Amino acid sequence: MKGTLSAFIAGAIFGIGLIVSEMVNPVRVIGFLDLAGNWDPTLAFVMGGALLVTAIGYKIVLGQPGPVFSAEFELPKNKIIDRKLIIGAAMFGIGWGLSGFCPGPALVGLGTLKPDILLFVISMIAGIKLFEWFGERRAG
Amino acid sequence: MTFSIYSALAGGALIGLAAVAMMATIGRIAGVSGILANVLKPASALHWQWAFVGGLLASGLFIHWLVQPVVIQVQSSSVMLVVAGLLVGFGTRLGSGCTSGHGVCGISRLSPRSLLATGVFISFGVLTVFVLRFF
Repeated sequence: MKGTLSAFIAGAIFGIGLIVSEMVNPVRVIGFLDLAGNWDPTLAFVMGGALLVTAIGYKIVLGQPGPVFSAEFELPKNKIIDRKLIIGAAMFGIGWGLSGFCPGPALVGLGTLKPDILLFVISMIAGIKLFEWFGERRAG
Repeated sequence: MTFSIYSALAGGALIGLAAVAMMATIGRIAGVSGILANVLKPASALHWQWAFVGGLLASGLFIHWLVQPVVIQVQSSSVMLVVAGLLVGFGTRLGSGCTSGHGVCGISRLSPRSLLATGVFISFGVLTVFVLRFF
């Protein structure tokens, strides 16, 4: 219960961070990616602020015996650099450049009830499901 | 468009704070694409995953309707949004993460996978925006 509440609060803080930094606005994101145009450095500072806090915070937290409301830290164990990682990141980058949306800002932006964002989120969900469908077919 | 270094840094710090809070309380990475994918499988979705996505949605709803309107300028056509959404959804699952999981949480741990993935998605984002200039 406490863990669930913490995750809700963390999600809300995350969303407020995306709003305060204007990363919910795709024009800002595309402005950062547009090196040949009127470059907008905002995203670099948002990332810098986030990395500074997370790097220091993780250092402190991961030095503890475990998380407060759960048994243990669960960090990604996969260390293999493969084609899937690179092709997946490339596909994501193309979609990100086309729209200026990545998953976090898209979910936060849904709150404005703008049809464009709903269209993006439904398509993103379709993309996730398509991946799972392909994965199951290959495994089966 | 004006640029404010302070709101950028402050917003970024809040994102970092949320990532650290997730690790400190429930010991998990704050990776939005992975958590969303799990929530979309209701049979196996965990409470904290629902709660995290709920917090993201609630923040947008609350700020936009009760505090001040959130500015979101979408310039892409509907067709582009659909193609982009499909690529973002499929690509983040294939590559096991997005801007939050790889870009923030992974790089903070100096994960080689995340450093590479972030370099790749930013490069392809830059390339895509550059190519779009000719259309």
